[in-house]
Amino acid sequence: MEIMKEDTTYLQELRKIAWREELRKSIPAKERTAKERVSMPSQDPIIRSTNSDEVNTGLMSELAIGEAQRCLDCVNPTCIDGCPVNINIPSFIKHIEKSDFLGAAKVLKETSALPAVCGRVCPQEVQCEATCFYTVKLKKAPVAIGHLERFAADFERESGSVSVPKIASDNGYKIAIIGSGPAGLSAAGDLAKMGCDVTVFEALHEIGGVLKYGIPEFRLPNSVVDVEINSLKQMGVKFFTNFVVGSTASIQDLRDEGFDAFFVSSGAGLPNFMGIPGENYSGIMSSNEYLTRVNLMKAAHADYDTPVYIGKNVAVIGGGNTAMDSVRTAKRLGAERSMIIYRRSMDEMPARVEEIEHAVEEGIEFMCLNNPIEYFANENGHVSKVRVQKMELGEPDASGRRRPVPIENSEYELDVDLVVVSVGVSPNPLIPKSLPELEMTRWGTIVVDEDTMQAKNVPDVFAGGDIVRGGATVILAMGDGRKAAQGILNYVQSKK
Amino acid sequence: MSKIINKEILSDKVVKIEIEAPRIAQKRKAGHFVIVKIGEKGERIPLTISQADESKGTITLIVQKVGVSSHKLCDLAVGDEVSSVVGPLGQSTHVENVGTVLCAGGGVGIAPLLPIVEAMKEAGNKVISVLAGRSQEFIILEDEIRKASDEVIIMTDDGTYGNKGLVTEGMEEVIQREKVNLAVTIGPAVMMKFCSILTKKYNIPTVASLNTVMVDGSGMCGACRITVDGETKFVCVDGPEFDAHQIDFDEMLMRLRAYKDEEADAYQSFMNNK
Repeated sequence: MEIMKEDTTYLQELRKIAWREELRKSIPAKERTAKERVSMPSQDPIIRSTNSDEVNTGLMSELAIGEAQRCLDCVNPTCIDGCPVNINIPSFIKHIEKSDFLGAAKVLKETSALPAVCGRVCPQEVQCEATCFYTVKLKKAPVAIGHLERFAADFERESGSVSVPKIASDNGYKIAIIGSGPAGLSAAGDLAKMGCDVTVFEALHEIGGVLKYGIPEFRLPNSVVDVEINSLKQMGVKFFTNFVVGSTASIQDLRDEGFDAFFVSSGAGLPNFMGIPGENYSGIMSSNEYLTRVNLMKAAHADYDTPVYIGKNVAVIGGGNTAMDSVRTAKRLGAERSMIIYRRSMDEMPARVEEIEHAVEEGIEFMCLNNPIEYFANENGHVSKVRVQKMELGEPDASGRRRPVPIENSEYELDVDLVVVSVGVSPNPLIPKSLPELEMTRWGTIVVDEDTMQAKNVPDVFAGGDIVRGGATVILAMGDGRKAAQGILNYVQSKK
Repeated sequence: MSKIINKEILSDKVVKIEIEAPRIAQKRKAGHFVIVKIGEKGERIPLTISQADESKGTITLIVQKVGVSSHKLCDLAVGDEVSSVVGPLGQSTHVENVGTVLCAGGGVGIAPLLPIVEAMKEAGNKVISVLAGRSQEFIILEDEIRKASDEVIIMTDDGTYGNKGLVTEGMEEVIQREKVNLAVTIGPAVMMKFCSILTKKYNIPTVASLNTVMVDGSGMCGACRITVDGETKFVCVDGPEFDAHQIDFDEMLMRLRAYKDEEADAYQSFMNNK
């Protein structure tokens, strides 16, 4: 896990503030730990699988305060160690406990440019909630940090009094951010707070990257993302859409236009395919294509021009979050059968636990330990069948997960008319191609210094998110953005 | 937003529009394309840049009305704004002096052929262009192509203009007459397939510039994938130009039909509501 090394004395000082002391004493620890973890209210699975409204409906104030009371406000808040952007978790939770919800939101915004997003899409179960005192020491369900984060961010948004973080006075540095996904937005927020003149360049016509084209409305409404983007605009961040750095202008052009440093957060925009026979038949597409058509281009709306194939028997290949998003989207668009075909078992699935649970509730069929090996098409070249081979788990592989091994003579065929291939992505090659001096790994990711995110050989270029990691999470990308912002500031200051 | 500053109707179905896009005009090279989106609800469509004027900061696109989006674009007037124009995208044409280059353009494919003809001529090649269309009205940009070519052969299916016959007949006449070092073909997929079969017979290296279905145009979605020499390639970032003899044209033709029904329905209702 990525942990940002920071001075933690401020945590102790904040913890000693009178109201925090009082609040801690107001309820005995025994009473706090005896409470059950709150469960997130959600739409009924049958109803929600026919609409695109958000699945989770959010905590009410009373539930949020009740859950906040479970937090023990530990002397040594290990939860923060699990957060890639080092949110002061006890501080925001205690603000909720004393009903200062706007105060809680303010704490979140000190370190996170996108709290309403993280509260929804972070895999808390392997981050802050995994290192929560309840999980580690009490062996109980952790404080629902993610639900509380979402609550505070939503409360602020819905209250209409959205706070804009303090901005340091203009320091005269001009910074370009390439790509407006979570890494880019996070870096933009921090750099703007530091007093830099920040411009974000986005290749698509919408700002938000994967938050807009990838993650569906039912998991992360676009309106939530837009509020966070507007916050950045209010902080003075400028956005240019339809601008491909490397094509529309080169890094050198932008240097000549006065940019002092660059943060490359161009994402992992190159979908992987399996390379099996028949994979190029029509009706077989990458999850990037499927989700982009539906989410960004709104293809399922009759008044939008972009088409999308509406499948009856839909197979989604893969077991990650993107696979879950795709299969649940297909269900919502009216599929009779929405199937996950995954070569390992349910236990190895990389998707967030909550997404898998939601998918099960919605009637998604999970065909684990199954692997597609060939596609067949009808007379028009449209996919009609997939041949699947059964698998069993063998010895652990390099990732520590047990390797799936094919079972001989176990092949069978399934009727499908839409296949969404969601087996990972590779880094987008556009920026590396335009900056040949960048040092790259053999997987096409940019090599950076781990602490500063500075690229090797090109000192004014920093990078983070999937272009460095090759396919990770929103929050890890945001953590990179934060680190890079600090690295960039140190770099530009040392240069002048 | 990019403003339309000039518009010329080339035929019933084909329109030439000049759009303000100063950065693209400065950067574009032969072979590059842009992705255009019309209106909030529009789709993203790839169009090859036909000409550019760096001093005016404009690019010229030639658009054929084939579906809803291209029709919407053709209907825009001078002064109207195109919501998104992004580019230049793709790899530019590999241009060098190889000797004699035979450039074959079919229908609206003549538009993206023009910058390649100009670049090949500029590099010192002898350029012979074969322009083909169903009838006279489909032969576009003839004057511009003539300016950059040593010879121009016109072929029409119905013989209303130039010679009667297919593009391949015009090409074969040249190939039999003189040494051709490189062929370039742009047009409908079927036409490129047959051009490729012809030049393969004569062992002439051939480049085809492809126009497939795309969504983002930057490598993200894979809608444009084709098979070249047994390997999957993305037209948007690996292309749009490939070794024609290695392209699986049959698969590409099949993939181009992927949204045929949806598109036909959408076009029908668009025309009904117009």
